[in-house]
Amino acid sequence: MKQPYERPIIKKMHTGLMDKFGRQNSKEPVSDIEGVTIEQLVENYGSPLFVISEKQIRRNYQSALRAFNTRYPKVQFAWSYKTNYLNSVCQIFHQEGSWAEVVSGFEYQKAINNGVVGHQIIFNGPDKKEEELTLAIKNQSLIHIDHFNELDQLIQLCQLLKQKAKIAIRVNMDTGTYPIWDRFGFNLENEQAWTAIKKIKENQLLELQGLHCHIGTFLLSTQPHEIAARKLSELALRCKAELQLSIKYLDLGGGFPSKNNLKGTYTGIDSIPTIDEFATSITEAILNAGFPTEELPLLILESGRALIDDAGYLIGSVIANKRLSDGRSATILNFGVNLLFTSNWYDHHISTTKAYSEYTEATTLFGPLCMNIDVIRQHIELPLLNKGDHIVVHKVGAYNMTQWMQFIQMRPAVVLIDQKSKVHLIRKPETLAYLDSHEQIPTHLNP
Amino acid sequence: MVKLKSNIATSENGFIFNPSTGDSYTSNPIAAEIIALLKNGYTADEIKIQLLEKYEVERKQLERDWDDYILQLREANLLAL
Repeated sequence: MKQPYERPIIKKMHTGLMDKFGRQNSKEPVSDIEGVTIEQLVENYGSPLFVISEKQIRRNYQSALRAFNTRYPKVQFAWSYKTNYLNSVCQIFHQEGSWAEVVSGFEYQKAINNGVVGHQIIFNGPDKKEEELTLAIKNQSLIHIDHFNELDQLIQLCQLLKQKAKIAIRVNMDTGTYPIWDRFGFNLENEQAWTAIKKIKENQLLELQGLHCHIGTFLLSTQPHEIAARKLSELALRCKAELQLSIKYLDLGGGFPSKNNLKGTYTGIDSIPTIDEFATSITEAILNAGFPTEELPLLILESGRALIDDAGYLIGSVIANKRLSDGRSATILNFGVNLLFTSNWYDHHISTTKAYSEYTEATTLFGPLCMNIDVIRQHIELPLLNKGDHIVVHKVGAYNMTQWMQFIQMRPAVVLIDQKSKVHLIRKPETLAYLDSHEQIPTHLNP
Repeated sequence: MVKLKSNIATSENGFIFNPSTGDSYTSNPIAAEIIALLKNGYTADEIKIQLLEKYEVERKQLERDWDDYILQLREANLLAL
């Protein structure tokens, strides 16, 4: 009986210093996702493969909602479509009670197709086309105005349609973050926001329902949200006092971090505030702002990343191992930055799918693209993987399935594991026929 | 001919010390086994035959991994020129 084999390695010992290449990756293999084995998933749907856990999405949503509605009487979540607009994912959020928050015409149409009623769609973003705005006005959607050109356009459209529009303005402000996110909406400190509000007040066809802000992304402190909630509340109270305008809702946007490790953090573990801490900061700021109890505005949240990141997994496989010119080990995987856009921001946690010996090697993980930039992890301690072995990338639910690229490789299948551990194909793998279906060849170039 | 430098100190469990650079290394069991065989004067071909008899591995993979291992030893300055 022959003994199990493992490729031979030596490893240089470093004493006295923390390994600058980062902490050792967890050696615990992940052999299944929500009770379905990785082997089974790969066999049935191929590799690479995105896997989404319905149970985890619902768990995240319910715990975030609980964090807010146990502290504040009127709370509404709106699912941020751009974070992940696979229809099945959106439907889970809508079933849980989420409205839709969209930032483009096609996202708006997706929300309509997903059965979201018009007045529960928040239409954000700097680029809303005339026909999209027309539809949003007719559907009584909440149109969040980004700039004066849009405000003027909306006034014109309402006059043309002889119809009122329900609107909010997006406000940007100094909340102590650097840089200040001032490219979206109207600035508070320089009174641009107030000018916009006065202009809206003068127009009979515009109904200012809310005030909106989104102050940043992956914020590692609750203070900016607290400041934003306070400043937005003060603005709402000023609307009431000076213009007799009653603001029905405050939309604090999103920006809550997920539990991913941002690149550049030395220990590889970020200490991030919990959703409960964000909820405390935001709700206390509004509750203490001075609204009469019966006039407390509805609090809308557009959290995306924090609700879905840890519900998404990417299964991939080893194509090859190689040694680089300086002796470092490298592993080539069958997915790269084409599928894992967020590897630009995070040092993703990566697990093996079976048990290995305790020996590990510092490795660079490359993707399959013929491009130098295709690096998933510069340095990671991994067991001695072999060609064909599978690995799992964790917390990939946010942004990857919207920002993925069809570049050199096709985009793979996406499956959803439901609450009873049943697997559903929710997006088929792309094919050459799919890719070619939008191309046309002039006659003289026909083969 | 693969040969370790004569001043390299090794132990049975795969600890390697290079006195000329001060660097030390650990090995996984199979790497330790190869080091010991090299120390005892076995040639590359002889060692590969032993490994193929002992371990569940195909020749192709062993050859690939052998080349990679020699690269590691060379990079660590452990091989005699």
